[in-house]
Amino acid sequence: MIRLLDVHKAFGDKVVLAGVSLDVRDGENTVIIGASGSGKSVTLKLIVGLMEPDAGEIEVDGQNVPDLDRDQLAEVRAHIGYVFQFAALFDSMTVAENIRLGLVKRGLDEATIRTRIAQSLATVELSGQEDRYPAELSGGMRKRVGIARAVALEPRYILYDEPTTGLDPVTSAVMDRLMQRTRDLGVTGLIVTHDMRSAFTVGDRIAMLHEGVIRQVGSAADIRATTDPVVRQFIEGRPDDVAPPARRSAS
Amino acid sequence: MANGYYTFPSVPLPVPYVLRHPGTFIQRLGRWTTDAARALGDVATWRPLLLGHMVRLGVDSVPIAVFIAIFTGIVLALLSSYIFTGAVPLYFVGALVGKTVMMELGPVLTGMALAGRVGANIAAELGTMRVTEQVDALETLAYDKFAYLVVPRVLAATLMFPVVTSFAMAVGVVSGWVTAINLLELSTPEFFKGLRLFYQFKDIWFGLVKSASFGAAVAFMGCLEGLNSRGGAEGVGRSTTRAVVLGCQAILALDAFWALVLL
Repeated sequence: MIRLLDVHKAFGDKVVLAGVSLDVRDGENTVIIGASGSGKSVTLKLIVGLMEPDAGEIEVDGQNVPDLDRDQLAEVRAHIGYVFQFAALFDSMTVAENIRLGLVKRGLDEATIRTRIAQSLATVELSGQEDRYPAELSGGMRKRVGIARAVALEPRYILYDEPTTGLDPVTSAVMDRLMQRTRDLGVTGLIVTHDMRSAFTVGDRIAMLHEGVIRQVGSAADIRATTDPVVRQFIEGRPDDVAPPARRSAS
Repeated sequence: MANGYYTFPSVPLPVPYVLRHPGTFIQRLGRWTTDAARALGDVATWRPLLLGHMVRLGVDSVPIAVFIAIFTGIVLALLSSYIFTGAVPLYFVGALVGKTVMMELGPVLTGMALAGRVGANIAAELGTMRVTEQVDALETLAYDKFAYLVVPRVLAATLMFPVVTSFAMAVGVVSGWVTAINLLELSTPEFFKGLRLFYQFKDIWFGLVKSASFGAAVAFMGCLEGLNSRGGAEGVGRSTTRAVVLGCQAILALDAFWALVLL
């Protein structure tokens, strides 16, 4: 289980997280929604130790990430897959080599590595693309390779950073289906996005990050029915100067 | 924090930074040393990459080093002839070409050329990896970025700069000899008489030790600046420029250092 407890993070004078607390339940897809620059991606980077919190606890399987030394952190990272916003594929390597890199680090034998590469590419419907370079792939394909790279490691958790941003609706739907499929395989997902259609599709629970704290957390149905004006405005995508739509009367 | 989130110091270093923040500098120096020692111990990560970097940073640099050495030898032969004619026996041309190429111009000019080629290459590559989150991706795959990115490059440059420089030394002397026998009134025996006149084995290893230290400095500056890149293409361009400038500065400083220590 991943647990954030009163996490604070600032960059200079700019406070990004001002006491975030959130439980990411095992076997579920938890979605963090929030405006651009609200600290969603920072939250993911804190969980894998790519950034250091100013205060608070970040527990992964009971271990407080900021307290871990390098070896312990590497051990924690071995159970976490990370899908970057722009895929972050190694552009000097082919698709297969990108996936292979993490598997080699785990000391797997060559036969297992080949099997995992083939399986993970099949999962993201990219079989046969092993020898292509990232520059030869579309944005959607690159993101799917990013997911394949994460899935191949058979992690307990996958963190998705804006997985559908910049994709056309059909490719976004494919990404949503992949996130649901990995959840069905038993992998816990933590997804940050401001794509509400995607959030409602893949999220078992949705948390709204606003002004450095979790404003509301609940099921997709809870969030759809929220009366919180800030959350309501965000999920409706309504600018500040537009009044909310009048609610229909029960009659 | 002990888990490896790491902020490189802003360069240029070292004197102004040391004076402004002595405590922080000592702390960071300690972390660099610890990180470097730990990364060196992660042999399984860097060893498979070392040969590829030796080829890319070293072997591929031989043509530019040879090109520079050819013209250095020609100019040295002509210049020494111009200086010595009428004052010193002309076979001293061989002595000047040999000493200068082996001890100074071979290592330094080759180092400068490689600071441009190798330093810029490393800084641009790692800088692009940094701003496109490839370095972060590497870490999430449980790799130590120092062991994977820094150690093989620094080791490869340290090992290959002397090899490239030795080619440059040989080509520089040969080019000086060819110039002397064709353009000056000097025979082969006279040229080699001068070459042997003041030759000591130390001349060669002095040049090679220097070039090894140049390689380490150039590669380290490239890694430091590359991993410190921020802000997209412009930031990578800035880091690349700084890596080359700092590499050249380091070469000149080390050149003076070795002259003080070894001569």
